[in-house]
Amino acid sequence: MIMKSKIPAYLLFFIGTLDLIYKLFFGAIFEPDSDFYYEYVRPFVTFTPFIFFAIGGVFLKEYRVNNTLEIYGTTKFNYYTPQFFVFLFTILIFVFFIYNAQVNMDTRGIQFGFDFLRQEASFDVNFSLIEYDGSHSYGRVYFVGLINTLLVAVTSIIICTIIGVVVGVARLSPNYLIRKVAGWYVEFFRNIPLVVQIFFWYFAALRTMPLPQNTEPFFGSFFLSIKGFYTPSFLWNNLDIFIYSLIFALISIIFIKKYSDKLRAQEGKQIPVLYISLSLIIILPLLSFLLGGSSFEIEKPVLKKLAKTSYIFEGGLRIPPEFIALVLALSLYTATFVAECVRAGIEGISKGQKEAAASIGLNRKQILNLIVMPQALRIIIPPTTNQYLNLTKNSSLAALIAYPDLVLVFAGTALMQTGRAIEIIMIVMFTYLSISLLISLGMNWYNKKMAIKEK
Amino acid sequence: MFKYLKQLTSLVAMVAVLFTFTTETMAAKKSKTLKNVQKKGFLRCGVSQGVPGFSNPDAAGSWTGIDVDVCRAVAAAVLGDANKVKFTGLTAKERFTTLNAGEIDVLSRNTTWTLTRDADLSLTFVGVNFYDGQGFMVRKSSGITSVEQFKNGISACTNTGTTTELNMRDFFDSRGISYEPVAFEKADEVVAAYDAGRCDTYTTDKSALAAQRTKMSNPDDHLTLPETISKEPLGPVVRQGDHVWEDIVRWSLNTMIEAEEYGITSANADSMKTSNNPAIKRLVGSEGGLGEKIGLDNDWSLRIIKQVGNYGESYKRNLGDSGILPDRGPNQLWTKGGILYVPPAR
Repeated sequence: MIMKSKIPAYLLFFIGTLDLIYKLFFGAIFEPDSDFYYEYVRPFVTFTPFIFFAIGGVFLKEYRVNNTLEIYGTTKFNYYTPQFFVFLFTILIFVFFIYNAQVNMDTRGIQFGFDFLRQEASFDVNFSLIEYDGSHSYGRVYFVGLINTLLVAVTSIIICTIIGVVVGVARLSPNYLIRKVAGWYVEFFRNIPLVVQIFFWYFAALRTMPLPQNTEPFFGSFFLSIKGFYTPSFLWNNLDIFIYSLIFALISIIFIKKYSDKLRAQEGKQIPVLYISLSLIIILPLLSFLLGGSSFEIEKPVLKKLAKTSYIFEGGLRIPPEFIALVLALSLYTATFVAECVRAGIEGISKGQKEAAASIGLNRKQILNLIVMPQALRIIIPPTTNQYLNLTKNSSLAALIAYPDLVLVFAGTALMQTGRAIEIIMIVMFTYLSISLLISLGMNWYNKKMAIKEK
Repeated sequence: MFKYLKQLTSLVAMVAVLFTFTTETMAAKKSKTLKNVQKKGFLRCGVSQGVPGFSNPDAAGSWTGIDVDVCRAVAAAVLGDANKVKFTGLTAKERFTTLNAGEIDVLSRNTTWTLTRDADLSLTFVGVNFYDGQGFMVRKSSGITSVEQFKNGISACTNTGTTTELNMRDFFDSRGISYEPVAFEKADEVVAAYDAGRCDTYTTDKSALAAQRTKMSNPDDHLTLPETISKEPLGPVVRQGDHVWEDIVRWSLNTMIEAEEYGITSANADSMKTSNNPAIKRLVGSEGGLGEKIGLDNDWSLRIIKQVGNYGESYKRNLGDSGILPDRGPNQLWTKGGILYVPPAR
């Protein structure tokens, strides 16, 4: 059969996705009440989305092969036979695992299905960015955990990048002290296991923190205590108008920049992009205060007495100590690797480049920013992507110190309370896989953007 | 492509049929667990990672505690030697999965008997070896003497994956108190965090509170509040479906409790064989032939009493003498004002 179009393949992918989503959230469409069905049909029905994906993949392959065969002139048989056996072997392995799991679960009376996601979770979580209490469902618990995982991963990635770049550059500094301190930092934090560092920041460093009632404020109303870091928070009125104004300002800046580039390329004219951008980003939000009705008050944390010797802060924004410890450990640990990537990138640029730059009168900072870094980035990005992936996966160690990430609340508490080990671990595995693939995708895109443009 | 697909489906069906036959013949045999244990020559028992008095390894790596004694009793009954047990320390989160996966034969890890666990997790609770309830521990210096003094914003340290987390929510929600749950995977970390002052209160089963208090830097600085907020009947658990094995574990535990009722101890068990009381004679195996009914020999119960002792001895050895919970409270025999009441062995 000769496939001339990609449409059937994409159609199958689409059906598979719909099927997967439906199965995840609503269970099977049709469940006849017969033993035969449960014995033989159900193991396959559960995995139909993947069968759709597989057949879709085959169609896509078929389309591409037809194009390739014309070029290389191989016969279809030679091309397909090895692929067919690999495919068969993979399917058989999967069938074996699925069937075995099905039989074992049946003999122990364990059910399979994702219906539990709609049940009430009835346990609380100490830190959540979305509204959650025990009356919400296990499905909601998943999102609470996912968002907490993403929060800790993104925060740590940003911090470790900043530290990593600074330390990496510092390791090549002509100043002896700076160079050595950066070197010691890398050697020290890189060679201690992450788990030990997490425990250190949580248990050893936490013990030295004062109790809330003994906390000395810094900058007026910031408090660092054993129960967390308290900062003043903003209480907003009409926050959305403020945010819209910011978004609008940013979009207009992008358009102005593009327009200015075009103008410069075509007519050689310059317009003062910086001033226009600055005024836009100040004036538009300001207008939202004056005309749009946005306003905010600052709420400071206030000490409150719970009992004779136990106090908490009320009001303001609270960052739990678990989060602080985890972010510190993850970013300080990963930053050492990022620093090494940065150093490798900079050292990978030939000395001639720097000398040439120096010879035309650029200073050290200009050489780094204009000549070395743009080229070094190409060497830095791929290994740094690995470090970001490691960091994200390492964030699952949060379970050790009661930070409610995906592993603790979903693969931990929810698994325990429902007993749905296979389903939950499957979901968690796919989630981490998706997060990692998304990071790779983003970094690859950035890498392509930074690579030398080839025609 | 579709030509191959047809062959593929027939192959898959063949493999599937093959597996069905093998599994069905296996399930047909009676008490797979008993046969496995006897073949291996030791019992695999899941316990906690260290709760003094319940299941706790000493420096030499040998385990003691009343939960440990249940497993020792089963080993004495099935294998003839109370020491032929391989203990595995499990976190609250791991325990049921490990049991269901067949990694252990008995789970004796201060586990609360609930409907969901019994039904949903396809487990069978065979009895209760400790009647417990959830309580709160606070620092004495806080001046709190009752749960009624808890206020909005209180933070509570506890274990994840336990009924404690659920009870805590019921308790605080029903009183309309907002609280911060700080749930750790391992008990040692809960204690460390509470001890450091991260939480205002530490909540778990009262027995565990008493046991964990011994691990704190200053045990005398802490106080367990008098209120009990839940029922926590703790007992050994087996996989659902193996009824013979279920009976063996159930009656091993019952034997220990009933032996105390009739005053049979590890010291006098042999002399009780010639007792005038038929109930005692049945319990030490000189009458009634009870062992055969659960697939064992008739000396099974005598071995339990001689090697492990009765429930009272076990309690005294593990919880009484060490001062963890000297007062037996509800875990006294029904004849002495407690609620320990087991069906008769006859």
